[in-house]
This record gives sequence, structure tokens and C-alpha cells, in this order.
Amino acid sequence: MYNLKELNNAQGRVRTIDIVKKGLNRRYRKERRFRIFGCAAVIISLSFLSLLFISIISNGYTAFLQTMVRLDVFLDTRVIDKDNLADANYSKLIHEALLSVYPDVTKHNDRRKLYGLVSTSAAYRLRTFVAKNRHDIGTRIQIWVPADDDVDMLMKGYIDRDTPESQRRIDDRQLAWVDQLVRQGQIKKVFNMTFFTAGDSREPELAGICGALFGSFYTLIVTLVLSFPIGGAAAVYLEEFAPKNRWTDIIEVNINNLAAVPSIVFGLLGLAVFLNFFGLPRSVPLVGGLVLTLMTLPTIIIASRSALKAVPSSIREAGLGIGASKVQMVAHHVLPQALPGMLTGTIIGMSQALGETAPLLMIGMVAFIVDIPSGFTDPSTVLPVQIYLWADSPERAFLEKTSAAIMVLLVFLMVMNGVAIFLRKRFEKRH
Amino acid sequence: MTTIHLLLTLLTLTLAGFFIGRSKAIAVCSAQGGPSTLHSRPIYYGILTALWCAVPALIVFLFWLIFQSTIITDLVVADLPDQIRSLPEARLNLVINDLRNIVAGNIVGGNISPAIQAAADHYKSLEMTGQAALSVIVTVMAMVAVAGVWLKITPALRARNHVEKVIEILLLGCSTLAVFTTIGIVLSVLYEAIRFFKIVPVHKFLFGLEWSPQMAIHAEQIGSSGAFGAVPVILGTMLIAGIAMCVAVPLGLMAAIYLSEYANRHFRNVAKPLLEILAGIPTVVYGFFAALVVAPAIRNTGDMLGFSVSSESALAAGLVMGIMIIPFVSSLSDDVINAVPQSLRDGALSLGSTRSETIIHVVLPAALPGIVGGVLLAVSRAIGETMIVVMAAGLSANLTANPFQAVTTVTVQIVTLLVGDQEFDSAKTLAAFALGLLLFVITLILNVVALMVVRKYREHYV
Repeated sequence: MYNLKELNNAQGRVRTIDIVKKGLNRRYRKERRFRIFGCAAVIISLSFLSLLFISIISNGYTAFLQTMVRLDVFLDTRVIDKDNLADANYSKLIHEALLSVYPDVTKHNDRRKLYGLVSTSAAYRLRTFVAKNRHDIGTRIQIWVPADDDVDMLMKGYIDRDTPESQRRIDDRQLAWVDQLVRQGQIKKVFNMTFFTAGDSREPELAGICGALFGSFYTLIVTLVLSFPIGGAAAVYLEEFAPKNRWTDIIEVNINNLAAVPSIVFGLLGLAVFLNFFGLPRSVPLVGGLVLTLMTLPTIIIASRSALKAVPSSIREAGLGIGASKVQMVAHHVLPQALPGMLTGTIIGMSQALGETAPLLMIGMVAFIVDIPSGFTDPSTVLPVQIYLWADSPERAFLEKTSAAIMVLLVFLMVMNGVAIFLRKRFEKRH
Repeated sequence: MTTIHLLLTLLTLTLAGFFIGRSKAIAVCSAQGGPSTLHSRPIYYGILTALWCAVPALIVFLFWLIFQSTIITDLVVADLPDQIRSLPEARLNLVINDLRNIVAGNIVGGNISPAIQAAADHYKSLEMTGQAALSVIVTVMAMVAVAGVWLKITPALRARNHVEKVIEILLLGCSTLAVFTTIGIVLSVLYEAIRFFKIVPVHKFLFGLEWSPQMAIHAEQIGSSGAFGAVPVILGTMLIAGIAMCVAVPLGLMAAIYLSEYANRHFRNVAKPLLEILAGIPTVVYGFFAALVVAPAIRNTGDMLGFSVSSESALAAGLVMGIMIIPFVSSLSDDVINAVPQSLRDGALSLGSTRSETIIHVVLPAALPGIVGGVLLAVSRAIGETMIVVMAAGLSANLTANPFQAVTTVTVQIVTLLVGDQEFDSAKTLAAFALGLLLFVITLILNVVALMVVRKYREHYV
């Protein structure tokens, strides 16, 4: 690299500064390169994050809108018996209303395609409407009913009209019918309430996350009720009461290891112990909550311990000094100081539990459940599992539902983490 | 009395016990000159009474709930006709299942034989008796406890000390739950795994080169030989985890170095929380992202370049898993880099080295053990990660190291074997537990080694 002989010849002796200067540019270039690598690593990681958010939001925001079709339905007294509203054939009324828009559709096959433009739930909507407005029976009414998911996809621009007819979910005739409806102002997009009020369904336009939200809610309640007191108590014991002996060491090592056990192993534990040994029912929030409790306990214990450690020991000594017993000192002086930190740890554990999927698959919370659960022992699913189930569905409409459900899940997680950060900030100020 | 009613009764009794105990304490001291003559404050006498009322009753209650159904089932089975009892175990379990379904009021397929119906009625009546007995026992226990403590309350009773002792025992109990969880995991997984190893020998499981967990239903069935060689599954897991680490380690490490050594405070305050968002995103979201965006993108790129890429390629799953682990690596490295004493940096800088030379030749070697520990923890996470691979990796076990082909992982196999209908004596279901045991052992070793490395390193500088 350095030709010492040359240097020697020129000046008679080697000067260190010359060697250094000669390499300096190269070293500065290296320095710049290293720095750019570092900056690039941060930017690449953050661009992954933004790519993830952009792809999910761009796929999902349309799910918050739903295409509705206006129908002019004649509430025929021959079809609806005023004394027996429940048994009337409402689908027939819907079909007649559709036929009245397109009187030229006569063939059986074509008719079935025509009926397919509106959701199968249109008949239930009509029934609810009639039950509320009995005096309208015998007159012609206007009612907005949800469109079929294929029409919905078409209106949202996800179905390309240029693809050959055979590869399209909607054929040319249906396309013409929909266009006519649009021209007549019989199609509009409204806020999708169904998505927030319905349970799961095989029909994308009827599927909602309400069932999964309730399932998550019950599961998290069980987790919270069990893990906060137990985790807090364990942390208090280890931090304030535990003698330094072998048993305490075993407990500590155990907790640290449990924190790093893959979540699916907790699912195996739940399956083998709660379901097979204790015979608890499958797919219920109670068991889900138990499994998630075991999973989040280490997180909560570790966070609570560091919150307890942060309480200055002067407070403990002052408490003991004025004659409080150890339990009194902890309960009256240390716990109130450490509580915000413990709560922060609990919220972080809860947000972990809210996003967890794998262990719940093991205990059967993947079932297709239409009803909205109303208790801790009703079969139910949770939001992340619902996302997993929908992500597996082939229909294009479920793709946007999946993305939308992910957005809802992320909003919940952000709120929880926001509360945790807020609590931590307030806690830090006091010390 | 249902369970809820019983619990409510117990709660009421406990509250009553509290007030009875407290008022008794106040009563016994009023003759001698007020609460100051008591050993403890009156409230402690109340709490003591309440604890004695609630705790033993709750323990009995819990044990009863746990063992009731097993004991009743045994009793009912013992009374079944001989020809049913002599059925093989699997069939007998089916009968018991039917029985439970009848008792629960569910619809049962097929005809219900009179013997089963009688057994179901027997079951129901036993359950009723059990419930009634439980109610009586728990209530009486609670009342007797209250009365017992009430008789014992005197000004000299050291109620506070007793209460504090109980609280300490409760705290200890809560902290041992972690140990019980570990024991539970080990025992449950080990038990089922041993049952599996009775069907498939251990060496065939650990060293077999073929994985197709389909047991033949009929002996002459073709194509379901049931091969349980875990090697392809383990290799697939390592391939995906390896790809993930190739993404996560350089990016995470460089990001940590940049944020802790170069970035100004303003940039760090923005970038660090943003990076941590990556860690907070549920894995099911990453799985969806991998299946929806990354896998098609990689396949299309491959098509453009002219080689075929599977749509469930290991690359897609590994890449996304790597993204998920970036914040994990970066925050752990950040901690250890910050723990390197400033004096080392100052020394290197004062000798004239540039910042990058300081980092490469001084800071990183000093932080290396900690970084290695962090990377090992990250590997254990990558191996145990489930949802990304379930949604983006393949199901069939290929013995390949080609990242463009579909491979399967341990966690994917556990999920596919256990989701859906299962019988607990088929090798297929039990294989999942053997894989679970393998997963637990591997991650446990990684964690223990990593924690040891990290701890040793910390001692080095503190």
C-alpha cells in the first residue's frame, strides 16, 4: 500500500502524518459509506412498515362502504298475510320487484342471474321493514337492500370490465342490468353498518366483525381478570418478600424462559390440559382467556417487577421506620407508587393477547361461528382468528373485509399502546 | 344451586363474615376501653374472618369442579352393561362422548340404546346429587369457619399477623404459577409425545427423511403410508428462519448502530418508536401481508427473470418474518451498544480513528456477546413463529434448500395436524405433540444459551 522506500527516498525518513494523510480520503469514503448503510437500514425498515400500512389501507378502506340497491316493492296482500307476517314469502316480493325493472327477462336461467344481483338478506330486510310498517301492506314502497358481493366489487372497481366474460364473476347481461340501475339512480354506496353489527357469514356482504369483537372482548376480560392480579402478586412477592434462596432462583429463571416460549406451545398446553384433562368446552372465550393468561403472565410479571424496582427504597425504609409491617409498607406506600408502571405492563400484555392467534387455533377458536357470543362459555372466535379465516376465503370481497378487520385490530392496538405510553409519561414525570 | 349462585352465596357469606368479625372485635374491646386495647385494628379481625370463610371453601369448590366430571364418568361407566364396558378403549370413549352429549341435551346421531339412555339418566342424577352436595358442603364449611373465628376473637388474638401470613402465602402461590405452567407444558407435551414414540420410534422421527403424516385407515390403502421423519420439517424451519435472520440481522444491527451512534436526537425520537411499531403488529397481519403482497411480488419477479418460483416460496415467508424481527434485533443491539462504556469510544476516537472505525473495531467487538445473545433470542422467535408461515409457507414437506420452493415448518405442521377434527389416539394428532416437544426443547436451549451469554456480558462491564 504505502511505498516506504519511495517516501524514504524523497524525504530521507518516514513521517507518520504522510501515511495517515495518504489513507485519509479512503477512510473518509469508508466512513461515509458506513453511515449511508446505517441510514439505509433505518429507511428500508421504515419503508417496509409504510408498505405494509399502505397495502392494507388501500385494500381495506372500501370495506367501510356498502353498495345498496333501491327496489320498488309492491307489498301484495296476496303474499303477505297481515296476521302471519313471519311466514310470508318475502323473496318472491323482492324477485317481483326486480322483474318489474327488467320485464324482458323471461328465461329461467336469466331470472336466477337477475335475482343474484341483490343479497339474499334482502328478504330479511323487507320482513323487518314490513313488521315495522304494517300499514304499508298493500301499497308500493321503496326499500334499499344490500347488493350482492359481486355487484359490490363491480361498483368499487375491483372487477375489470375488459377481462373476457368467462373469467369474470359478473357476465355481460348482469353488467348491463347494473349499468341500468346506476343510470336510474337505484344504486348508492352507504356506510357499511353490517360490517360492525353482524357476525361471520359465508356471504361477504353479510359478514361482519361484531361476533369476533365480542369474542375478543370476553377473552380479554378473562385474561385481564386473571393475569393482572396474579402477575402483580407474583411480582410483589419476588420483588418485596422473596428470600434469596434456590426456590426463588428457580421461579425467576422459569419466568424468564416462559417469556420466550413460542406462543403455539401454550396452545398445546391448553389443548392437553384444559380441553382433554379438565374437559372444558372447545372454542370458548373462557379457555382462550386461560391460555392467554398463562402466555401474558411473564410479560406482566417482568414489567411489574421493574415498576416495583423503580420505587425508591427510601420510601420503604420510611414506611418501616414509622412502624408499619412489611405488608402494610408494601400495600400503603410501594404499590400506589408502582401501580401506573404495573398497569402499563398489563396493557402491553393485553395488547399482546389481543393480537395473538396461534394458541387460540389449538383450542378450537377457529370454528365458523355466525352468532354473536353472549357470554364466557359461548363458542366464539376472536378478531385475529377472524382475520386468519377471512384471509383464507377465495372471494375477492373477503380480501377487503380482511384488510378492514386488520385496520380495526390495529386501531385497537394503537389505542391500547397509546394509553400505555400516556401512563408511562405521567409516571415518569412524578419521579 | 348453579355454580354462579353458589359463588354469589359464598361472596355474601364472606362479606357477612367480615362484618361479623369486625363487630365482634369492637364488642370485645369496648368493655376494656376501646379499640386501642386490641392487638390489631378491628378491620383485621374482619378480614381474618372473611379469609377463613372464603379460602377453604373456594379450594374445596375448585377441586370439586376439576374432578367432578371424571369421577361421575367413572361411576357411570362402572355401571354400564358388560358388553359396552368390554369395548376397546377408543369405542368406549365414543360411547362416553355420546353420553355426555345426551346429558348436555345435544342431538346425538343414531339410535340411543336403552342402556345408554339409562346411563345418561344416571349421569344426570349423579351430577345433580354432586351439585347439591357441593352446595351444602361449601356453605356449611363457610358458616362453620365464620363461627369458629368468631369464638376465637379476643383482644389478644394477633389478627394482623395471621392476615399478613395468609397474604404472603397467597403471593407465593401466585409466583409459583409460572413454575406450574412450565411443568404443565413439559408434562402435557411429553406425555402425548411418549405415546407417539410408542407408535413411531424416536430415531425414525428424528432422522427420517420423509414427512407425510397420513395414517392408512385401511391396511391396503395406497399413498398413506404415514411417514413421520421430521428432518424435512426441521430443515424447512431452519431455511425460513435463516432467510429471516439474513434480513433481520444486517438491517436491525445497522439500524441500531445508526440510531445510537450517528442519528441526532430528533431523528432518533421519531425513528425508534416507528421501528417499534413493527414489533407491535400482530403476526396474523404479517401473514396476510406475506400472502397478499410479498409472495405474488416475488413470484412475478421470478417469472420476469425467467425462473419458476412457488407461490408459497420460503423466500416470501422468510422475508416477512425478517421484517417482523428487525425491531427485536435492533432494540436488543441498541441496549448492548449503549452499554459499551463511553471511555472505550473516546479512547479510539482520540487515537484518530473515524467513527465507523471506532464502531467496527472497538464498539462492536465489545458488544459482540450481547449481540450474539440477542440474535439467538431472535432465532428462537423465528423458529417458534406461527402465523406468518401458516399463511405464507407451504404444507408439503420438501427436502430442499432452494428458497424459491415451498417448504413447511414445525409450527405449520402442528397447526395443520391439530386444527379441525381430531382423535387423541391417532399417530397424526400425537405427532403434533412430538413436534411441539421438539420446538419447546430447541427454543428452550436457544433461550438458555442466549440468556447466559447476555448475563455474562453484562457482568463484564458493570
